[in-house]
Order: sequence, then structure tokens, then C-alpha cells
Amino acid sequence: MPPPLHATHSERAWYYSFRTLCVLIFIFLIGPIFVIIPLSFNVLPYFTFTPEMLSFDPAGYSTKWYREFFAEDSWQKAVQNSFLIAVFATLISTFLGTLAALGLSRPEMPFRKTIMALLISPMIVPLIISAAGMYFFYARIGLASTHVGVILAHAALGIPFVIITVTATLVGFDHSLTRAAASLGSSPTRTFFVVIVPLILPGVISGALLAFITSFDEVVVVLFVGSVEQRTIPWKMFSGIREEIRPTILAVATLLVFISIVLLTMVELLRRRSERLRGIRS
Amino acid sequence: MSTAADDTLRTADGVPLKTSLRRATARRRVRTFLLVVPILAFLMVTFVFPVVDMMFRSVDNQIVSSVLPRTTLAIQSWDPGSEELPPEFVYEALVLDIQESFKDKTLGRAGRRLNYEKSGVMSLFRKSGRRAKRITEAPFKDQVLAIDERWADLETWQLIHQESSALTESYFLSAADLRVDYKGEISWKAEERRIYLFLFYRTLWMSGLITVFCLLLGYPIAFLLATLPPRHSNLLLILVLLPFWTSLLVRTTAWIALLQSEGVLNDLMVFLGFISDDGRLQMIHNKIGTFVAMTHILLPFMILPLYSVMKTIPSSYMRAARSLGASPFTSFVRVYMPNTVPGIGAGCILVFILSIGYYITPALVGGRTGTFISNIIALHISETLNWGLAAALGVILLALVLLLYFLYDRIVGVANMKLG
Amino acid sequence: MRWLLSSTIVAAGVALAAGSAQAVDLTIVSWGGAYTASQQKAYHDPYMAANADVNIINDDNAAEGLAKVRAQVESNNVTWDIVDMVAADAITACDEGLIMEIDPDTWLAPAPDGTPASEDFFAGTLSPGGTNCFIPQIVYSTTFGYRTDAFEGDQPSTIADVFDMEKYPGKRSLERRPINNLEWALLADGVAPADVYATLSTDEGVQRALAKLDTIKDQVVWWTKGAQPPQLLADGEVVMASAYNGRLFSAIAEKNQPIAMLWDRQVFDLDGWVVPVGVKDLEAVKAYLYFATDTQRLADQAKFISYGPARYSSAPLVGNHADLGIDMKPHMPTDPNNAATIFDFDYVWWADHRAELDEVFNTWLAK
Repeated sequence: MPPPLHATHSERAWYYSFRTLCVLIFIFLIGPIFVIIPLSFNVLPYFTFTPEMLSFDPAGYSTKWYREFFAEDSWQKAVQNSFLIAVFATLISTFLGTLAALGLSRPEMPFRKTIMALLISPMIVPLIISAAGMYFFYARIGLASTHVGVILAHAALGIPFVIITVTATLVGFDHSLTRAAASLGSSPTRTFFVVIVPLILPGVISGALLAFITSFDEVVVVLFVGSVEQRTIPWKMFSGIREEIRPTILAVATLLVFISIVLLTMVELLRRRSERLRGIRS
Repeated sequence: MSTAADDTLRTADGVPLKTSLRRATARRRVRTFLLVVPILAFLMVTFVFPVVDMMFRSVDNQIVSSVLPRTTLAIQSWDPGSEELPPEFVYEALVLDIQESFKDKTLGRAGRRLNYEKSGVMSLFRKSGRRAKRITEAPFKDQVLAIDERWADLETWQLIHQESSALTESYFLSAADLRVDYKGEISWKAEERRIYLFLFYRTLWMSGLITVFCLLLGYPIAFLLATLPPRHSNLLLILVLLPFWTSLLVRTTAWIALLQSEGVLNDLMVFLGFISDDGRLQMIHNKIGTFVAMTHILLPFMILPLYSVMKTIPSSYMRAARSLGASPFTSFVRVYMPNTVPGIGAGCILVFILSIGYYITPALVGGRTGTFISNIIALHISETLNWGLAAALGVILLALVLLLYFLYDRIVGVANMKLG
Repeated sequence: MRWLLSSTIVAAGVALAAGSAQAVDLTIVSWGGAYTASQQKAYHDPYMAANADVNIINDDNAAEGLAKVRAQVESNNVTWDIVDMVAADAITACDEGLIMEIDPDTWLAPAPDGTPASEDFFAGTLSPGGTNCFIPQIVYSTTFGYRTDAFEGDQPSTIADVFDMEKYPGKRSLERRPINNLEWALLADGVAPADVYATLSTDEGVQRALAKLDTIKDQVVWWTKGAQPPQLLADGEVVMASAYNGRLFSAIAEKNQPIAMLWDRQVFDLDGWVVPVGVKDLEAVKAYLYFATDTQRLADQAKFISYGPARYSSAPLVGNHADLGIDMKPHMPTDPNNAATIFDFDYVWWADHRAELDEVFNTWLAK
């Protein structure tokens, strides 16, 4: 979008320098994420571009770090654990969070603000404090170093994201719709599934995806609550960065970037669908 | 209907309408509340109890009195201010306690606890544990003094006296670089041992600066997003959200690849001739690493609240200001910016809250000078094993965060938080 | 999403099914990298080959061993079976009743000639600091390595050279803890080896050591895991680094990196096995330990990494490297050519002063 034709010279200069500034900030924001993609194909075990890579010599590139990732048992175990833990944590936080969000969106909810603040707090309390608390307490009740323990901890951390997204969907919710359904003889259960669910579903799925990515990326709590049997992808990456920095980590990072892109696209599509459904025009 | 003497409205079964309505409302309130009961119960067990439980460790001091029950009781009759050693019966209690706790291997725990306050107590206890077996009859005092001369040191006894109670303030004092003596007088620790206030201060000013960086970089982007037509802004918004959805470790790894001395940016600058191969810049494992990586990681948390506020500012405001003769600069500063203050407030508090509790990124790129208070908490939990001190530092950090969270709730309202 | 869900449930099912079989899982905690690899080849693999029902799981968190053992024991939730620990930590853990007491002659195999275990392990190593919870495996050394391409002319050869920034410029890497660093600083500052711990027992002595470290502080990259220093040297991020001698051996001999050893004032320490109080299957743990600490197994480990076995009877069996075929003896820290100026490390002193000096050191580090 060029500057308007009537703009003065100084306005044009301002316009273009502003645009340049924005481009630079976007490079800062996105650049680092995309830099690791070519680096992950480096044939040498370095974290930088080799002269061969810069001259696009095919000999400078290799997929060996990806092969190493797929061949190594401990990485495969980490992938399994990551999915297992994230899926169950997501199910728990989505179910509990949606139920709570339905209640919180009703005007008759008592102590609404306090409850809301409490439910968001896992996102605010520094992770090291949550993790340390869970480390001691879960050990005492026999949940430390178990998959169940990590799943419960991650479910708690995912709850704020579900609450935020689902309540946001319900902000525009027209409660007269449920009354209309009731007056037409629909049972509360039927109203819930036929009227409410289709309207909030996009929000619920977005919240679930956020909860999923929260668990999938989480490392502090796994480090404390879990043991080697619960090691996840971030766990492996964290210890990898602290010990032997190998480009396998970059290969894993690249795969994770693609997962993020897929999830983000899903959420965007859902958001648009939800806005269309509720008649909000952007 | 006609039986009613008064003229209040009643329902068909004769209950006053007001009461009936009130009951119905109460029932609805209870039913609604039931929807949040499961999640509250869940969070209590998985999150709230664990955090509260850990906080209790910051004052818990039962270890000394449970390992040395007789001694801690007997010593109460001794005046720690006196210039004399405790009487014979205190030594007798000590011998019995040491013999018993050495046998069931709890003596070492009390030794370590007291060693936090005075170095060398641990070895004194270990040595005494091995030798005290032989002491079977009076005079206890002389035999104990024969084991080690530190039992003739008033300070040893003053310490035991001081740490006899089940609750202690010494972890909190330590967390503020203070110490307390047997008289209850509080003083600064020796210069070379003061660290925590310094670390809190560093965490705060570095987080403050990170917040400023985020605001400086986030404001133009949010403005651009808010003023572009939706078709373009939606695409750019995705670019803002992508880092938000990308694993923290991926982003941190990327910065390591970019910033390390054999990394991409240094290679580029050597290639362009800005620096020599020997003069590579140290941009990681120090404050710069923490600043750059943290600003990058927290930037979306600044842009999103700013954007959601700016979106609601009608473009007619600026046009009106211009048509009234204001220059573009004046109309931006005097008309547009004041309208974005709620967004600035929300973004800054959120970024600041998240920043002061950060652990992973400073741990990986902060090196020696760019780490935060969270990192020292982690160190005390998993390396030095001083869990009480870790808990005290955690309580202070948590109090800071909750204070800011309360502010945030007042200014923005937690319910209005948005994630894209 | 549905695919994800079903595959996860299948995975969960498989995991549960595997867990319910008769197999015995032993979680063995060690130091990771080249060291765990040597234990895998010398102990774990042959043991699992001989005992099909045993499955050994490696956990690389030995660096946080003492903390995690304490958390597990105090909460009655012990998930680790055997932990690799240095002697100083074993003293603390034993004093606090966190790890089991061991009777060497019933737990451990005698030497091939019938000498009981209590006499076959190096004198005093079964009872560090008067405790009896520790089964020594190896004598290792913490020493220095430097890049052979970093300096023209004279190469560094003494501990003082590590602190000489003028003659040997470039970044160093040291372990992020006071142990060893304070001793080396004093030695480089001219304190006689015999006086080091007496000096460190005073505040002035500690300040003197830190002042010496101050002279290189800005040039130090601090490491926390044993695998880091060889990596930093290999990447050229530093020119000199303190490291465990076996890790340096692996970088030099197995990976052909341009690194050389600087043995002056190397510090010997003991590393061995401990068993947390309350392990689930003590018999399985004992069976493994009996096997893994016998004369042959300890000698076998030295085929993969240059650490000295802690039994007298193992020493003559140390031979050539399993893959490279080179003689391991000149790479051992105990070889007379390397051991001319050993520093006599006092782990009992450290068990007492660790907490205090950690505090002082971390304060110094953060400023």
C-alpha cells in the first residue's frame, strides 16, 4: 500500500522509514526461527553456515541429523512421551476448563472475578515456583517420576489458556438463544449439544490446541517432576543444549517449527469460522 | 389466593414471589457454581497445595528439635547471653541425642541444617557422633569437650539455642542478605556473602529494560497491524503469532546459533570485515544474550494487547486532529498515543510479570552475568540442597509477581486477557 | 486429531503392557556422554546379555544425584535403583541416612585369587570419611586440556600457565563450582600444596583464591556437565579447559581433536556406586552390583575410557582400547609420567565446607 498521492515529501520520508523499521522488526521476530531450518541441513556438526552451504554446494548439505533423530531410541521415546503427555493433559484441561468457562460466562456466577484470577494464576506464577512446589508435593503423594504426575501438572498449566479462549468465545454469546431453545421445549442437555456446543466449539478447539502446545513445549516442570522415563522432546533439547550441542537439536527444532505452523493455521481458520458463525465481521 | 391477609404477590403454592425468586436465583447460583467445582478441586490438588506446601518450607525448622529433642528442651534454661557454657545436664541431653540420632542416621540432617548458619557444625556433629558412643556415664561435659574443642565455643551453643524453635526466620533473613545473632539482633551479612538483594535488583532492572525494548519494538508493529486493511493485517498477525506458538527451546536454540562466537552473526560480521577473526564479539552467555533472547520471546505478549487496544481507536480521531490543523506528529502524540495507554499498561505489566519469573532462557544464554533470581532458586533446589532458602526466595518472588498480577487485574481485568 | 488420539492410546497401552511383564527394570543414574557409554559397554550390555529378564535404563542426572536422592528418600518415593556418585557426596548422603550401608564382603565379589573385596579395593576407598555406603568404581582425575593450535612456541605445562593471560591468551573453561578451582587458584598463586586446605579454612585464604580467579574471570566460560569442556575445546570456543581426564581422552584419541593434556596438579577423586534407602528390588540391585564391580568388569571399563579401576586386582588386567587398540596405560591419570604432581584432594574437608563455599563462590560469580 503506497502512501496517498497527496502526501508531502516529509510525510513520504516518514512513511517509508516507518515501513522499513517495521520490516526490520519483523525480521527480528521471524528471522531467528527460519535461520535454523537451513542450518539443520549442515553436513558438519556446527551451528553456523559453512562456505559450502553459502555457495549452495550440495556436498555442504545433508539430512543426516534428521536420520539420527529418527534412528535414536531416546529421541523416539521422547516423541512418544511428548504426545502421550500432551494429549492427556489437553483432554483434562479442556474438559475442566470448558465446563468452568460456561459457568464463568453466566452473570449469576458467585465470586466470578476471584475464581477467574485463581484459574489464570498457573500462567502467572513463575514456573520455577510451580515446578519446585510440584517436585516436593508430588513426591510425597507418589506422583513424582510418573506419567500421571506430569500429565496432571501440565493439565494445570494448560487450564488458563482454555479458560481465556473459551470465555472470549462466550463473551459475544447471546443467552437468549438458550432461553429460546428452552421455550421451544428443548431439554437443557439437548440445548447444550445442539445450540451451545456448535457456537463455542471453535473456541474450545483453539483453547485445546493452546493447552496442547503448552504441554508439548513445557520443560521446567518435566525436569523437576519427571524422571528419565518421562523425558519429552523439550527435556532432550534442554539437556542437549547444556551438554553436547549437536545439529540434531536443530533438526528437531525445525520439525517443531512445522508443527507450530500447522497448529497456528488450524487456530486461525477456527477463529475466522467462529467469527463468521457469530456474525462478527472483521 | 384470598387467604392471604397481606397483599404480597405469591406463587401458586402460596410462597411469596420474592422468596421464591430469591430461592430460584440461589439455586441457579449454586448450579452455576457447581460447574467450577471440579476445576477448583483439581487446581487445588495439582497446583495450589504444592505451591503453598513449598512456601511453608521457608519457615519450617523442625529438623533441629526433632533430631535433638532433649538438648533443645534442656538448653531453654540456659541464657545465651551469659559468658558461661551450659550446665552439665545439657551436655548429658546432648550425648543421649547424639547417640540416638547417630544410630538412626538423622544426625547428619541436623548437622547440615546448622551448617547453613555456621560452617563446620556438620563435621563437628559427624565427629561427635562417632565418638559419643563411648560416653556412658558422668561427667558428660568434660568428655564432650574432650571430643572437640568447638563444644567449648559459646557460639555453637548460641546457635543451637537460636534454632531450637519449630519456626525460623533465618531463611527469610538470608534471602535478604541479613543474619540474626543469638540476641535477636539483625545485621547485614559480610560483604562477600551478600548476593540475593543484588540478584533481585538485577532481575528487576533487566526485566524493566526488556519490557522497554518490547514496547519500543512492539508499538510500531501493533500500530502497523491496526492501521493496515484487515486482509494484510491478518497475514502479518500470523507472523506475530508464529513465535508465540513456537517452542521456547526452539527460539532459544536459534539465538544460540545466531549469537555464539562461532555463530552466524559473528561469521557474518567477520565476512563483512566489521570485526577481525580474533575480535569476535561475545554476545551470548552474558547480559546481551538474555536481553536479546528474552525480548524476542516476550515481544508477542506486548504486541497482542497493544493491537487489541489500537484496533478500537477510530481512524477518524487522527483525521479530526489533522483537519483542526495539528501536524501529523502532534496529532499522533496528543491524540493517538493517549488512547493507547491502556494497551501500553496491559502489555508492559504482562511482559514484566513473565520476565521476572523466567528460568529456562537465562539459564541457557545468560551465562554468569545474565541470570535471574529463578536460576539461583533452581540452584538451591537441585545443587546446594538448601530448600528452605530456595523457598524463602520463592516466596519473595511470588509476592512480587502476585502484587503485579493484582495491579494487572485492577488495570486491565484478568477476564479481558486475549491470546491472539 | 483422532489419529493422534488413537495412536497415543495405543502407545499408552503398549507402555502399560510392557510394564506389566515379568522384566526387572533397573534405573541406573550416571554422568552421561562418554562415561555412561563406557559403563554401558563394560557393565550393562554383558549383564543384560547374561540376564534376559533385566532391563537397564540409563538416567544421565548424576550431577543432581544428591538432591534427587534426598527428595526421593524423604518422600518415600524412590525410583532410582543405583546412583553413580563422587565420594564427597556419598559421605553427605550416608551421614544423612539417604543411602544404604554396604557390607563389602557379602555385596561384592572377591578377587580372582580369593582376596576378599574389603581388601581388594584401594585402601580406605570403601569408607570415605568413615562412612560405609560407597562402592568405588574408578579413580578419575580432573585436569586441564588445551588446544594445540592456540599458542605459538611454548605450550602451557603448569597450573600457573592456566592463569597466565599474557603468555597464553584466550578463553578458558572451568567448572561452575568452587571445588578444585579454589585449590588451583591458590597453587597458581604460590601456595604450597600441603598448605592449600589450611589456607582455604580461613576467610583470607578464600579471598586470596578468589582474587586469583578474578584475574581470569572475564575470560572464563563456566561448565556444568562433564561433556561440555571437550565440546568447547573442539569448537574452538575456549583454548584451555578443566575437564575429567576420560572425557579429554575420548576427544583426543577417539575423535582426533587438536587437544593435549596438561596434567600438572591434576586432582584425583573417587567415583562409585551408592544405593538409595528404600529401593524397590534390593536383590536385583545387589546381583547387578556383584557383577559390575568384579575384577574383570572394572578392568573392562578401562578399555573404553581412561579411568583407573579401583581394585588392586584389576590394575594388571588393564590393556588396550577396545576399538582403537592403543595401550591405555599411558593415558591413565595414575601413569607415572602423568602423576608426577598430583594434588592431594581432600573430599572430607569439602563435605564440611561445601555449603559455605558454594555461597561465597556463587556470590563472587554473580558479581
